[in-house]
Amino acid sequence: MSENHAPPDLTLKPLPNAALKSEKQGDVSFEITEAGNGDLRVAINDRMDHKTSAFLIKSLCPEIRRRSPKNLTLVLDHLTYFDDYGALVINELQQVLNQNKGAFKIDDPLRMTDNILSFVDLKDFERTGSSKPGDHWVEHIGQGALDYLKAIRTMVSFVGSVFLSFMHAAIHSKSLRFGDILVEMEKTGVNALPIVSLISFLLGLVMAFMSSLQLKQFGANIYVASLVALAMVSELGPIMTAIVVAGRSGSAFAAEIGTMKIYEEVDALSTMGFDPVLFLAVPRMIASMVVVPLLTIFSGVFGILGGLSVGVSMLDLTASSYLSQSLDILSLFEISWSLTKSIVFAAIISWVGCLRGFQAKGGADAVGNAATSAVVTSIFLIILSDSFFAILRSYLW
Amino acid sequence: MVGNPMAPEPIIRVTNFTARYGENIILKDISFEVSPGEVFIILGGSGCGKSTLLRHLIGLNRPFAGTIRVDGIDISSCGDNAFQDFLKNIGVLFQSSALIGAMTLGENIALPILEYTSLPQNAVDKMVRLKLHMVDLDGYENRLPSELSGGMKKRAGLARAIALNPKILFLDEPSAGLDPITSAEIDELVLHINRNMNTTIVIVTHDLDSIFRIGQRAIMLDKETRGIIAEGRPTDLKTNSSHPMVRKFFNSRPTAEPESFIPSSDHDI
Ligand SMILES: Nc1ncnc2c1ncn2[C@@H]1O[C@H](COP(=O)(O)OP(=O)(O)OP(=O)(O)O)[C@@H](O)[C@H]1O
Ligand SMILES: [Mg+2]
Repeated sequence: MSENHAPPDLTLKPLPNAALKSEKQGDVSFEITEAGNGDLRVAINDRMDHKTSAFLIKSLCPEIRRRSPKNLTLVLDHLTYFDDYGALVINELQQVLNQNKGAFKIDDPLRMTDNILSFVDLKDFERTGSSKPGDHWVEHIGQGALDYLKAIRTMVSFVGSVFLSFMHAAIHSKSLRFGDILVEMEKTGVNALPIVSLISFLLGLVMAFMSSLQLKQFGANIYVASLVALAMVSELGPIMTAIVVAGRSGSAFAAEIGTMKIYEEVDALSTMGFDPVLFLAVPRMIASMVVVPLLTIFSGVFGILGGLSVGVSMLDLTASSYLSQSLDILSLFEISWSLTKSIVFAAIISWVGCLRGFQAKGGADAVGNAATSAVVTSIFLIILSDSFFAILRSYLW
Repeated sequence: MVGNPMAPEPIIRVTNFTARYGENIILKDISFEVSPGEVFIILGGSGCGKSTLLRHLIGLNRPFAGTIRVDGIDISSCGDNAFQDFLKNIGVLFQSSALIGAMTLGENIALPILEYTSLPQNAVDKMVRLKLHMVDLDGYENRLPSELSGGMKKRAGLARAIALNPKILFLDEPSAGLDPITSAEIDELVLHINRNMNTTIVIVTHDLDSIFRIGQRAIMLDKETRGIIAEGRPTDLKTNSSHPMVRKFFNSRPTAEPESFIPSSDHDI
């Protein structure tokens, strides 16, 4: 302060504690200094919290490991905040020192660390994570096979409980919830009508157009009508409708029942004396088996209309000749065959949807998996059973 | 307290706050303050809007009227960036625990740690085990939430809330579904966090024991008046309050005389 005061002579004193390394980032800084005999002092200043711990661990540990001191003193006299993330840093440093057979000391005049370190001993948590059981591939295969067998068992037993519930409902018709059936019919049938009609119309249109390219060459335009009518009514109509319903309603059944399952609502129903299958699955199955055949009829009609629009606009056919050709080819057998198939498809879709819902367990992802698996399984079973129908038919004719 | 020049600037300041769902007004024109480092308790009967108030304090719902300042940020009107900063400083335990069902407990707790720090994996694992240890769930890191009891989920939710040692901790009924011993241990943990990290703690609870054990100041909400009917230290509320509702709340459990036994229940006030 005063002019005549001699300035301190820095050059005469050698700096015993020249910093070997010092860094600062965010709310923390550290300094490593030599303390003679290969010992180190590490001073950490300001905050040791979750924001600074990663920086401290990443820059201090390699440094200490490289120098492998015999003794290390951690100086914390300028610390302002310390929590268990600070304890984590200390633990990591300690581990490094233990590996190098060095001794570790904490110099904490402010006693910032006492409360935390007496409460928390991170040594107990050092062990590497116990691997989950079933990590070996043999166990995986075995577990997978067991799960598969179990899944088949539940599928079969679910067929049984659905059958019993249906019998029960047939005898005690009061136990059937007609209100629920109506609601499900609206959701599965009425609400699906626009999309089923549109898809069928476009399908009929495309089919008529593609077949006309071939049939025109023989002057057999009128057979476009037979082809579209036959294909739509006996094959594509039932299949398309079933696939749309599986995507819309099969997944919804699985998600609804799956959610009820994981929130223990299904268990609540059983404890109140309801049979969950009768309460939840039967109304959905009945509703589907009623509305899917109706949707299939609409699908056939709209498919034929799609074909008709191509026939009239591009193939010089009159509407009446197109329609009469279509009706000629459709026998009663054809139509009832188509409806039979669609009832079976409806049973498959609703059965699989409900089954997957009841199988759900775990968290929110279980519901998503149930919905996905309901759609995939029912589409597969629809195509499979359709092939059986085709074989059966070849024997009937 | 208010107006005292020595009192520290409040960390939470709610002024003329009104909350409603649609046309349904839940809380009307309420104001209170929480000082830093305080254990603040929100009391009230079931359905009076405690969880609603908490949802507003953490910015999940915006107030219909009034302002809420938390840690210097007006969360009722702040922008996205300020709100993100605010979120980094708070930890929340929801009434339903709200663990992510598709993740194990360890992954649930590691989620904030991995997001906000760049610690190496083994250090993260260590912290996860430490936090699970704090809530007495050692060895449960590989379990899914659906494999736990309700009380265990609560404790795991608490472990996730304190994963980053937040500045303010919001707990919605931390001891509901816990036995008295575990509940006392949780209180101990809350006090430890409060004392050693100077964390401000806002708790919704019905647990009378825990209110007296850890509560420094409490407010009581009421469904009828849609406001605060009492405010003060829990012991003062118990002995000095003239409000019949408050007295009923604090005396709703068996006293020494067996004949005056009234079944105590969380929701029975
Ligand atoms: N999402 C919501 N939409 C409409 N009303 C709601 C909603 N959540 C809560 N409410 C209503 O707000 C009121 C307060 O609910 P809140 O969950 O805050 O009660 P609470 O005090 O936490 O009760 P409890 O002690 O039972 O948890 C209730 O009347 C409830 O019906
Ligand atoms: Mg609540």
